[in-house]
Amino acid sequence: MIIANGTPSKALTGIAGFDEITAGGLPQGRTTLLVGGPGSGKTIFGVQFLKYGAEACEQRGIFVAFEESPHRLIDNFKSFGWNLTELQDSKLFFLDAQPTPDLIQGGPFDLSGMLAALSSKIKKMGAVRIVFDALDIVLALLPDAAARRLEMNRLHQWLLKHELTALITAKAGGDDTSSGGQPFGFMQFMVDCSVVLNHRVDLGVSQRNLRVQKYRGSGFNEDESPFVIGKNGFDVAMARSLGRADAQVSSERVSSGVERLDTMLDGGYYRGASVLITGFPGTAKTTLSGAFAEACCRRGDRTMFVSFDSDGSEVVRNLTSVGIQLERYVQNGCLRMVSARTFTGSAETLLVHIKTLAKEHEALCVVIDPVSALAKSGNELTAHAVAERLVDWSKGAGVTLICTSLLDEISTDAQSRTPLQISTIADTWIHLNYLVQAGERNRGLSIVKSRGTAHSNQVRELILSKEGVTLADIFTAGGEVLMGTMRWEKESAARVANEVAEVAVKLKRVSLDAEEAVLKVRAKSIETELVAKKVERDLLIRTTESQKREVSGGRERMRELRGADMAEPESKVKAAKP
Amino acid sequence: MTNSEMFKFCLYVADDTLNSRQAVANLRALCDRYLAGRHEIELVDVFKDPDRAMDDRIFMTPTLVKLAPEPVERIVGSLSQTNLVLQVLGLEELVA
Repeated sequence: MIIANGTPSKALTGIAGFDEITAGGLPQGRTTLLVGGPGSGKTIFGVQFLKYGAEACEQRGIFVAFEESPHRLIDNFKSFGWNLTELQDSKLFFLDAQPTPDLIQGGPFDLSGMLAALSSKIKKMGAVRIVFDALDIVLALLPDAAARRLEMNRLHQWLLKHELTALITAKAGGDDTSSGGQPFGFMQFMVDCSVVLNHRVDLGVSQRNLRVQKYRGSGFNEDESPFVIGKNGFDVAMARSLGRADAQVSSERVSSGVERLDTMLDGGYYRGASVLITGFPGTAKTTLSGAFAEACCRRGDRTMFVSFDSDGSEVVRNLTSVGIQLERYVQNGCLRMVSARTFTGSAETLLVHIKTLAKEHEALCVVIDPVSALAKSGNELTAHAVAERLVDWSKGAGVTLICTSLLDEISTDAQSRTPLQISTIADTWIHLNYLVQAGERNRGLSIVKSRGTAHSNQVRELILSKEGVTLADIFTAGGEVLMGTMRWEKESAARVANEVAEVAVKLKRVSLDAEEAVLKVRAKSIETELVAKKVERDLLIRTTESQKREVSGGRERMRELRGADMAEPESKVKAAKP
Repeated sequence: MTNSEMFKFCLYVADDTLNSRQAVANLRALCDRYLAGRHEIELVDVFKDPDRAMDDRIFMTPTLVKLAPEPVERIVGSLSQTNLVLQVLGLEELVA
């Protein structure tokens, strides 16, 4: 993109995206030519330009309608919520300049009459913007190229004289808009700015593009930019403009709706993050995003759930079966279910729809299920850009975005690519997978990436039940990953084995206790025996001593009685002693 | 239609541009030839009276409006195609 400095002053159009492409709008006081096929949005562009001028820029305008009657136009634009009647006459004047169908031409004529009438009107209301809608209609009445050229020149001179910011719309002849066949070829050179609208159908899907062809004295984005005619008029899709300040980054965490997943993510998703949930059909992507939506609503965050697969009420009903109750939030207005199945059109159109609805709902959290539906409804190339812009938009708006994406079942290397390559721009990527084992399919959940958060490297089994969504550790044994019944079997086998082991230990303890008791008893009896022996011995000693005493006492008594001398029998006693 | 009916015309012109001058001349010649004594012509210069042009929804000049007799008809251009003009004015029988 080229943005020149010191460009001539510009008149904002109020058309989202267009003012960015042209760095400020249409050239002020100059003429712009808007060429496009039927139904390409020329009139809308013109009216939006005038309306914005009248409402936001204090620039009054005149709309010269060659093709449609003003009150029909005003009626039609009510569908955009534009109340033009309010502006009419004082700020915005509609001139019905349709040639009457019974117009009879009796020779050459010119447009001086109209220009004279307009001059007077401009003076009276102080208009500075003017749109000539479908100038080709009136030019077609002129007999030859020379006359057309003359009238275009007259118009041009008149516009320059009045220094009006003018927009002339004209139908493109055929599909070749770039070369600009006569009579617009001449006009292309005359004007200061030229914009081409084109409306083509790719693979049955309508795709509108806008391209600025020339802009004297100003830089502009030269590429074709997709645009849509949305609920509120023109919306030109723009990649994020370079000058835009980065969106505020939040470090607040929001719950994913599954407690253990929050733990795995070290606290949940970041607010304002873009989360991608990929998986094969039926891997519970919707359920996981439903759990998120419920958690958001419980917190009180306004949430929008866009479903491309089924109706909003169906999603609500289906989620009830896994314990996710969204009905009450739909009723209290916190949650808006959007069935995008009825949306038609290119990816661009869908994006604009989603953006508009989210804005209307003031959504803080948006779920898009699945985002891969974007690729189906348009060609894949634009869908990719759209996915990028979706993420860009959500970041800019601070919206927490959950996108689910279907993976191709036959794609073996599922983790490496997602249909829209959105995986590279998403902040958190959760992958759901099937593990087919022993005649069962079980859901596995893993976090492929999560920017800026510590996250678990573990694969968990995702279990859906009436009570809700839970994660279970998977059973790893001997290098085998087990889920579902096999996990349960293994777990119960382990439980049984555990119990057996516990019982065995108990038994062992009991028997040891018993042995100990026996030993203790034995020890007691031995001790008792010991005591008895001691007593016996003591007794023995005592009796022996008393005997001895008795014996010696008796001997002395005998000696006394015998009256024998003391000295002589001493040796005999000694010898008898041992 | 009787030959005594009065024709009322209003011719809107843009100053003295070529087309407008031709229209005035052509109308005068036609009236003098076919409607002698039973016509009225009002000339409106849109540059002098632009609001009139706006009100009467005259955007192409010159424009001839036949106000009477009914119906009201409009012819745009210099009126150089006399036969066509006569047809529109309901004067076919005068076409030679």
